[in-house]
Amino acid sequence: MEQSTGASRDSGVTATPVEHGPETTGRSQRDGYRGLQLGLTVLRIGPLLILLAVAVALSFLSPFFLTTRNLGNVMAATAAIAVLSLGQLLVILTRGIDLSVGSTLALASVVGALVFTTVDSGPVVILAMLATGLLVGTVNGIVYVKGRLPHPFIITLAMLSIARGLALWLSGGQPIRGMPPVVDSIGGGSIGWFPVSAILILGIAFLVFVLTTRIVWGRWIYAVGGNPEAARRTGIPVNKVLISVYVLSGLMAGVAGIITAGRLDAGSPTFGELAELDSIAAVVIGGASFLGGRGNVLNALVGAVMIGVIRNGMNLLAVDAFFQLIIIGVVIVLAVEADVLRGHLEDRFRVFEAARS
Amino acid sequence: MTSVTAVPALAVRGATKRFGAVLALDGVDLEVHRGQVVALLGDNGAGKSTLIKCISGVHQLDDGVIEMDGLPTAIHSPAQARDLGIETVYQDLALFDNLGPAANFYAGREAAGPRWLPTWLRVLDRKGMASRTTELLDRLQVGLPDMSSQVGLLSGGQRQAVAVARAAAFASKVVILDEPTAALGLRESRRVLDLINRLRERDHAVIVISHALDHVMDIADRAVVLRRGRKVGEEVPTRENQQRIVSLIVGGEG
Ligand SMILES: Nc1ncnc2c1ncn2[C@@H]1O[C@H](COP(=O)(O)OP(=O)(O)O)[C@@H](O)[C@H]1O
Ligand SMILES: [Mg+2]
Repeated sequence: MEQSTGASRDSGVTATPVEHGPETTGRSQRDGYRGLQLGLTVLRIGPLLILLAVAVALSFLSPFFLTTRNLGNVMAATAAIAVLSLGQLLVILTRGIDLSVGSTLALASVVGALVFTTVDSGPVVILAMLATGLLVGTVNGIVYVKGRLPHPFIITLAMLSIARGLALWLSGGQPIRGMPPVVDSIGGGSIGWFPVSAILILGIAFLVFVLTTRIVWGRWIYAVGGNPEAARRTGIPVNKVLISVYVLSGLMAGVAGIITAGRLDAGSPTFGELAELDSIAAVVIGGASFLGGRGNVLNALVGAVMIGVIRNGMNLLAVDAFFQLIIIGVVIVLAVEADVLRGHLEDRFRVFEAARS
Repeated sequence: MTSVTAVPALAVRGATKRFGAVLALDGVDLEVHRGQVVALLGDNGAGKSTLIKCISGVHQLDDGVIEMDGLPTAIHSPAQARDLGIETVYQDLALFDNLGPAANFYAGREAAGPRWLPTWLRVLDRKGMASRTTELLDRLQVGLPDMSSQVGLLSGGQRQAVAVARAAAFASKVVILDEPTAALGLRESRRVLDLINRLRERDHAVIVISHALDHVMDIADRAVVLRRGRKVGEEVPTRENQQRIVSLIVGGEG
């Protein structure tokens, strides 16, 4: 049985050998192979290409789009989503999801504002906001892993509710005006037209890039996402890696809290509503897979900027806000379809590999 | 043939393992010497996978002993089995499809520095790992089209070869393979069998689970047959006694 299926599969593949076949067959095989490679490469840098296309189109449609003032606006408006997506990327790389980041952002901003009412110190306020995010993320990670939950959806959904509730309770449901100058300049300041928050994001993105591509810990994140069972068998500390990505995601939510609070000079329990969905959308638009192990920092940032640019462009073109939601939804569907297409191309690619070997 | 030392590299004596009411292993003995390939045969549910999982630290024996080079050894975890020089190629290959060959080779034991940092914070020695992986694959004559592409883009045979080469690279004593040719075509199977022969030449002790008796005849020095958790026979596999081995497996005789 086994033998015969093996044999037929094998002969199916060898029917058109690449190296010894007729010249024309060989060439078309090689062209097919090149085409597949090209297709896969295009899909890999696809998000960036689409972002460029959208930007070019917008620059024709609106003379205001490419002005430094507008670009500064886009970046400042996108900064919080971008930093959330960096955290969300790490979580999604491990096949997880963090639904709590928007609420955590709000809670961090409220905690920061409250701390500022009693302690007049920028660094203390910043530390308080970072610590809030870190704490929420740690709780997410530990409850998920140690509580042996089937999926992080549940705990982070619960935390979405808990953190928002805490923020409302602590603030009495009202925004709290006033942030230290250093927070204001992180969230709202700029150097020339370039927002300080964008510089901060680039710095953080660089750190996450180094983590994911150069550091053992980052390699483990990809390994755990690619094959958790194999990761366990090779001795990778899977549970610690899983907890760590939720801790980092929480920390990023704290940073996003600082940026948002600084931009609006306040802490508020209503900040960051639906921001968790924006961050997930950004990561998915950036080509990451919910099946884990796929995605990178550059593409996640591109996804976040894409959302910001689409919103900005439609504001400039005075498109109804309802349409913005629809368009972003369509982009998400396209991104997921691109992922499916990649899967198909990779299957074809494997067949070619079997034929070539 | 190959040099066979008096003390087996790995010996299992009286291995017994229960899963609730199921007696998966019932007093099984197994010996493998360096430079020897032992085939583990048996019908589905005979206990083959359970036995090798006990050797590779995934399960613990309820009863019985495992000896490495004649010394009784407790194997509590996969990591410990690896430290003892036992590498296992599981049926599912345990590859990371999203990573390249080098990252797969070194998963969980990445070459990285500096030493004063905790392991998880160290900087990957990407070049070193890539060049050593290429070298190892070359030595085992595993040709890959592209050393940088993800393992998920390789054919079944190439993936199997990467998994076997990874085991060979890090095993100092024993390499265990669970159904290494089950998912492969003829030509790709041939390559993996060649690879197993090379492991023997390099003086590894090899245990192979296989349903393909042709392959077993080809590569195994001995065949151990399990049925319902018991060892029911041990033969030198040849064309002549193939029929007898088959009947041991299915339980036609005795
Ligand atoms: N983790 C497990 N839990 C419960 N029963 C198991 C487990 N693993 C194996 N078994 C049982 O043990 C017996 C031997 O299984 P296995 O070792 O997988 O056989 P083989 O690999 O020879 O097909 C079977 O009856 C199987 O159902
Ligand atoms: Mg089995």
